[in-house]
Amino acid sequence: MKNLKIRGVWLVLMIAGFYLINFLVGAGVIDSFIENMIVTIGINIILAVGLNLIIGYAGQFSLGHAGFMAIGAYTTAIIVAKLPTTIGFYVSIFAGIAIAVLFALIIGIPTLRLRGDYLAIATMGAAEIIRVIINNLKITNGAAGMFNIPNLASWPTVYILVCVTTIIIVNFSRSRAGRALQAIRDDEIAAESVGITPLKWKLAAFVLGTATASVAGSLHAVYIQTITPGDFGIMSSVSLLIIVVMGGVGSYTGTVVAAVILGVLDTALQSLGALRMLIYAVILILIMMFKPSGLLGHYELSFTKIWDKISSRSNKINPKGEQS
Amino acid sequence: MDVFLQQLVNGLSLGSIYALLALGYTMVYGIIKLINFAHGDIYMIGAFWGYYIINTYHVDFFVALVSAMVVTAILGMVIEFLAYRPLRKAPRITALITAIGVSYFLENGMSLLFGANTRDFPQIITHKTLTFMGIEISNIQVLILCTSIFLMIVLQIIVKKTKMGIAMRAVAIDPDAAELMGINSNHVISFTFGLGSALAGAAGVLIGLYYNSIDPMMGMVPGIKAFVAAVVGGIGSIPGAAIGGFVIGTLETLIQAVGLSAYKDAAVYIVLILILIVLPTGLLGKSAKEKV
Repeated sequence: MKNLKIRGVWLVLMIAGFYLINFLVGAGVIDSFIENMIVTIGINIILAVGLNLIIGYAGQFSLGHAGFMAIGAYTTAIIVAKLPTTIGFYVSIFAGIAIAVLFALIIGIPTLRLRGDYLAIATMGAAEIIRVIINNLKITNGAAGMFNIPNLASWPTVYILVCVTTIIIVNFSRSRAGRALQAIRDDEIAAESVGITPLKWKLAAFVLGTATASVAGSLHAVYIQTITPGDFGIMSSVSLLIIVVMGGVGSYTGTVVAAVILGVLDTALQSLGALRMLIYAVILILIMMFKPSGLLGHYELSFTKIWDKISSRSNKINPKGEQS
Repeated sequence: MDVFLQQLVNGLSLGSIYALLALGYTMVYGIIKLINFAHGDIYMIGAFWGYYIINTYHVDFFVALVSAMVVTAILGMVIEFLAYRPLRKAPRITALITAIGVSYFLENGMSLLFGANTRDFPQIITHKTLTFMGIEISNIQVLILCTSIFLMIVLQIIVKKTKMGIAMRAVAIDPDAAELMGINSNHVISFTFGLGSALAGAAGVLIGLYYNSIDPMMGMVPGIKAFVAAVVGGIGSIPGAAIGGFVIGTLETLIQAVGLSAYKDAAVYIVLILILIVLPTGLLGKSAKEKV
């Protein structure tokens, strides 16, 4: 009963958010400039939440997220060029996921045995290899990139996919898989000794994270309508890492908050040119210095906790009920 | 065969630049386990210092090289003091993000102050080509190779023979035990940053002479390649970094020579992944035994 109500609260919140944006667009408060910002934030949320699953829950330091985004973006661009319909777009999302998963398995099975920084460097290398291949293929139009991609998605599609991917990843993190991953993250040897196969679960998290990155790439392709291999370099992986660390490693709420703050900041400082990156760098260093665990640390917005607090206050007792 | 040797010579010159940079990465990583993303930008600052001091004061090459090393060493120590020291006890990923922030700061600060355009590095040494057994070597290549090897030997002596070097190795192995032996680990870490940054500054001046063009973003790609070189050689190992630098430089040049220059970056990363899979701690890295 309680769980159902809590899910209801989330559902209502998501629907309310949708209608709020819808109303603001209709009322003209959100112009195309702000809409662009919202969509970029949405795409970054999909990417960063997936990356947070890999880094925060699985404890695997991946620096190659942009490579998988590139796979999704290019798959969509190529399929949609032949099949410029909404159905073509959805087909391309699944095709992109399939290819990204295939690559994630090829890359993940050997490299996920590595630890810490070695894994980071290996995944960065893998993403660069993907980028170099795209840069030299005929079908992807080489370094010039692909342009005039039909615009098949606007903010509602992005909004819905943000909700869907976030629900999938959050539920995955709170399932048996997520608990296994946290055990591996905290102590791999101890986890192994109680019968958890580390490689299997790490690979599962890696594959799920990259699949959502591919979805974000597909959205990026049809919304921005121009993609070049340069869009998916090391620096884009790094900026996703920044979102995750700034929000708090392991906190999905923090990831969303950081993505929104950085997105707004980026748009607000757009007119400043080189100064923009300078300000950005200073803010980044200062946040890391004064709040090393990220803006929200491990905090997670949970209606279950709020519910428990309210009910314990009204009952004047403190029922240690189930927590999620 | 001649072509191969020719490319080998070119590769070694490029490789010695990577090696100089890789030494800084490997020393810093060895001592505080931080991938110092700003290291490539210190190399950029070294090149810019060389550019300005030569254009303004018309000094000769050695003055430019030595002054660039001093300036970058001070810069490295200042960055360590301001940005990394407050984070000594913070999670490592936080320090990494700070290093990325410092890198952005240096790149964009330089673009803002001096403009983002590419400029020609003053050619203070007249270009001569020596022919030796059918292989052409420019005097600049000889200079780069000799300077780098000289600096590497000096570094090896500092690390192996001096008191500071012993302290550096002690802090790298066990910071707490080193402190108990009366070593001030903050001084040692600061010294390590200075040493690594000085080598990066020297590499910056040398690359300016070799490629003849510098810009504020020039440090990004060589920085990452040099880090790859450090990992390939076995991070934390000083001879490993030198070998890794030469391996990556030579590999890149040879791939370019066989006409696959579009794939040279991919080749570097493929070698990286293969080495990590076969030898997870690199060519000369020590593998730590896993304790339960």
